[in-house]
Amino acid sequence: MKTTRRVSRREFLRVTAIAGGGILLGSSLRRFGGALAAQSTPELNAFIRIMPNGIVTIIAQNPEIGQGVKTMLPMIIADELDVDWKDVRIEQAPLDTTRFSSQTAGGSTATPNHWLPMRRVGAAGRAVLVSAAAATWGVPDAECETASGVVYHRSSGRSARYGTLLAKAATLPAPALDKVPLKDPKDFKIIGKPMRGVDNHAIVTGTPLYGIDVSMPGMLYAVFEKCPVFGGSVESANLEVIKAHAGVRHAFVVEGGPALNGLLGGVAIVADSWWTAGKAREKLVVRWKEGPAAEHGSAGFARLAAELAQQPPHRSLRKDGDLETALGSAAKVVGAEYFYPFLAHAPLEPQNCTAHFKDGKLEIWAPTQSPQRGRTLVSSTLGIAEADITIHLTRTGGGFGRRLNNDYMIEAAAIAKQVGVPVKLLWTRGDDTRHDFYRPAGFHHLKGGVDAAGKLVAWRNHFVTFGEGERFAQGASIGPTEFPQRFIPNYVLDASVMPPVVPTGFLRAPTSNGVAFVIQSFIDELAHAAGKDPVQFRLDLLAGGQAGEGMDAARMRGVLELVAEKSGWANRQRSKGSGMGVAFHYSHRGHFAEVVRASVSRQGVVKVEQVWVAGDIGSEVINPSNAENQVQGSVLDGIAEALAQEITIEKGRAVQSNFHDFPLLRLTQAPPVEVHFVKTSFPPTGLGEPALPPVVPALCNAIFEATGKRIRSLPIKKHDLTW
Amino acid sequence: MPVSFKVNGKSATVDVAPEMPLLWVLRDVLDLKGTKYGCGVAQCGACTVHVKGVATKSCVLPVSAVRGAEITTIEGLSPDGTHPLQRAWEELDVPQCGYCQAGQLMSAAALLAKTPKPTDADIDAAMNGNLCRCATYLRIRQGIHRAATLPAVGAGSPGDTPREAS
Repeated sequence: MKTTRRVSRREFLRVTAIAGGGILLGSSLRRFGGALAAQSTPELNAFIRIMPNGIVTIIAQNPEIGQGVKTMLPMIIADELDVDWKDVRIEQAPLDTTRFSSQTAGGSTATPNHWLPMRRVGAAGRAVLVSAAAATWGVPDAECETASGVVYHRSSGRSARYGTLLAKAATLPAPALDKVPLKDPKDFKIIGKPMRGVDNHAIVTGTPLYGIDVSMPGMLYAVFEKCPVFGGSVESANLEVIKAHAGVRHAFVVEGGPALNGLLGGVAIVADSWWTAGKAREKLVVRWKEGPAAEHGSAGFARLAAELAQQPPHRSLRKDGDLETALGSAAKVVGAEYFYPFLAHAPLEPQNCTAHFKDGKLEIWAPTQSPQRGRTLVSSTLGIAEADITIHLTRTGGGFGRRLNNDYMIEAAAIAKQVGVPVKLLWTRGDDTRHDFYRPAGFHHLKGGVDAAGKLVAWRNHFVTFGEGERFAQGASIGPTEFPQRFIPNYVLDASVMPPVVPTGFLRAPTSNGVAFVIQSFIDELAHAAGKDPVQFRLDLLAGGQAGEGMDAARMRGVLELVAEKSGWANRQRSKGSGMGVAFHYSHRGHFAEVVRASVSRQGVVKVEQVWVAGDIGSEVINPSNAENQVQGSVLDGIAEALAQEITIEKGRAVQSNFHDFPLLRLTQAPPVEVHFVKTSFPPTGLGEPALPPVVPALCNAIFEATGKRIRSLPIKKHDLTW
Repeated sequence: MPVSFKVNGKSATVDVAPEMPLLWVLRDVLDLKGTKYGCGVAQCGACTVHVKGVATKSCVLPVSAVRGAEITTIEGLSPDGTHPLQRAWEELDVPQCGYCQAGQLMSAAALLAKTPKPTDADIDAAMNGNLCRCATYLRIRQGIHRAATLPAVGAGSPGDTPREAS
């Protein structure tokens, strides 16, 4: 293998000749300076293989969890490289921190982080192939152009396919990545065109793709019983009975630690089939050390939150203006308490992981959103060097933030280390529902004031959630600049916390998925108190703000105006039992406004009739097919959460266990969701999350218009909406 | 005692506990991984297969109950992945995570076999037992309507879709 390195002091492209006459284009976008280079961590990489037959293989570095990243990122490279999409192949990379920077799926970050670097990599690849053709023909680069994987020199009528230029390209200096010319967006041929998911054919033919599908010779199957009380551990278990069960090969206690996101103690049963392991588990009798969480439950949290709300807050997150004076002089003051419950992620593929420990080395196949953190957890818990741990990324049957925690990975690794043959650990749905990292419940105590002109002048929120001292529990935080901060002169945001005995984590659009419900519902209350139209009240509010980080008021007004127009807001029909509601929210760099039309029968049954969405994710919607799919899915996900989902905690354990008591939306409940995008001049941003938060308050506001009943706690199903 | 049945046209005999659910026989004994586990209690439909042509949730069906039966799984829905539903699913880019889609397709295929031009109400009745956590329901409905317009044997799957490299 011969490598030609073209090193700039900042960013460089590598062109490497590989077996079979192809080349590998690699970029390491890092500050690169002499001896430091060997120790430096790559900030971002891309790998592209071009073979003489013209087939371009792009390595997909991030985990695919259904967000479409495995299709989207290669589209960006392929467009700038100027090849036809039909000639592109995609290959999933394993975890490789020597080649890739952040192989994570979370936070809707793939688009904003990769948009420009991926374009540059593709463009640099194209430039070096142009140089190869120009050098061969003895003409200037500037006289050459490209299309569909071919370099043309029009004036001499010459052309050369990329596949014929590879040997030459491998010998040429490659352009600096920050200097390479990029396409004019009007010339995009792939970006902005609907492209189908690269795994679609494998999915519709049942090809093994997912973690649960991993199979190895000699593999055994494991179940793992943990204490139903969070953080509990094993005192004793009837292991001899379990070992005597036909087909069981191993049964043992795994000692765990106290960290809820680490390895928790439990009983492993390893058998020659998963079903057999599960049957043996039915006979399992464990004496648990339940621990302190057993004293806690949802009812107690609600009582404590109410008490804390009456006391001075644990801390102040933001204080603008003079709240008390403003409330004192307000024409109308509205007070309200809002609540949203714990939620499970419930990805349809239950947590699972396959692991094989042999000769001091551990190999892992995992559906995970954060393989790097998983490897660190396994290494530190089991004392295996990171260099001796290999993690293969499988397609993931839904992420939603659940697989940012790698508890199932450390369990599989601990079991595999003990049994020494390949083991697949698979959780039951019950395990998955009862041992999640739940969206934390939140309690918001609000007060707002409008002046005589109907203008919002004061806002106070005392937010009570989970945490310790200055630290919010995972997924429980709120930002000090949360809307409507900087749009109201007198704004106070306080916080108090309760003991974090329940494992919590990031659920799709974390924080926003609860906070948007509270803020946009309360704004609706204030709009009604002010006697204003809910859309106009919001437009007025957005018109009066100060500049600041995060939400751009002009962009938000743009989507709000569009969604009002598309939904026919101004001319909506109003009748008892039918209503429309509006809401907007900024999260994950996306500006979204949504309108819901809902009906409520006299018996109190809510039906979501239609949803309109307007979103601004910048200058390009990279893959419009997946974009629409993501937005529709996010909206329906939010409707499911709002209508009926809740995890309740009793005696330190989750009450719900499966889809009968933690219901997902069903096909008959899915209304039409009309999706519109506003294109602005900002760089494109991600779509895995930001369309979800506004639909929850938009639905609750529609129910208010239909019934006059204000939803201040979720889920909606707990309210009596008869009329 | 061994149980014999047919899977995707081929005879199979397995020697497992008679109460072992068909799902686990398919996945872990016969190595047909396309049929998925989601809930284990017939709530989600990820495990849907055809038993004698009827869409059936295999996670609660003891293998002893399919003795002698003809079973079709997603792997056998068509010889080459060109069932009208499979083509429609690819064309309309239905999947997100894709985990539920085998079950969705099997339920939809049973519907189309009986009702070649289903109404929305027919789709509601046939598909409400299949959960999609990504909520691709709008495209699932669209996909069934689209498949109903496609000829049984097509020109293959869409040609401009890159595939996972082998």
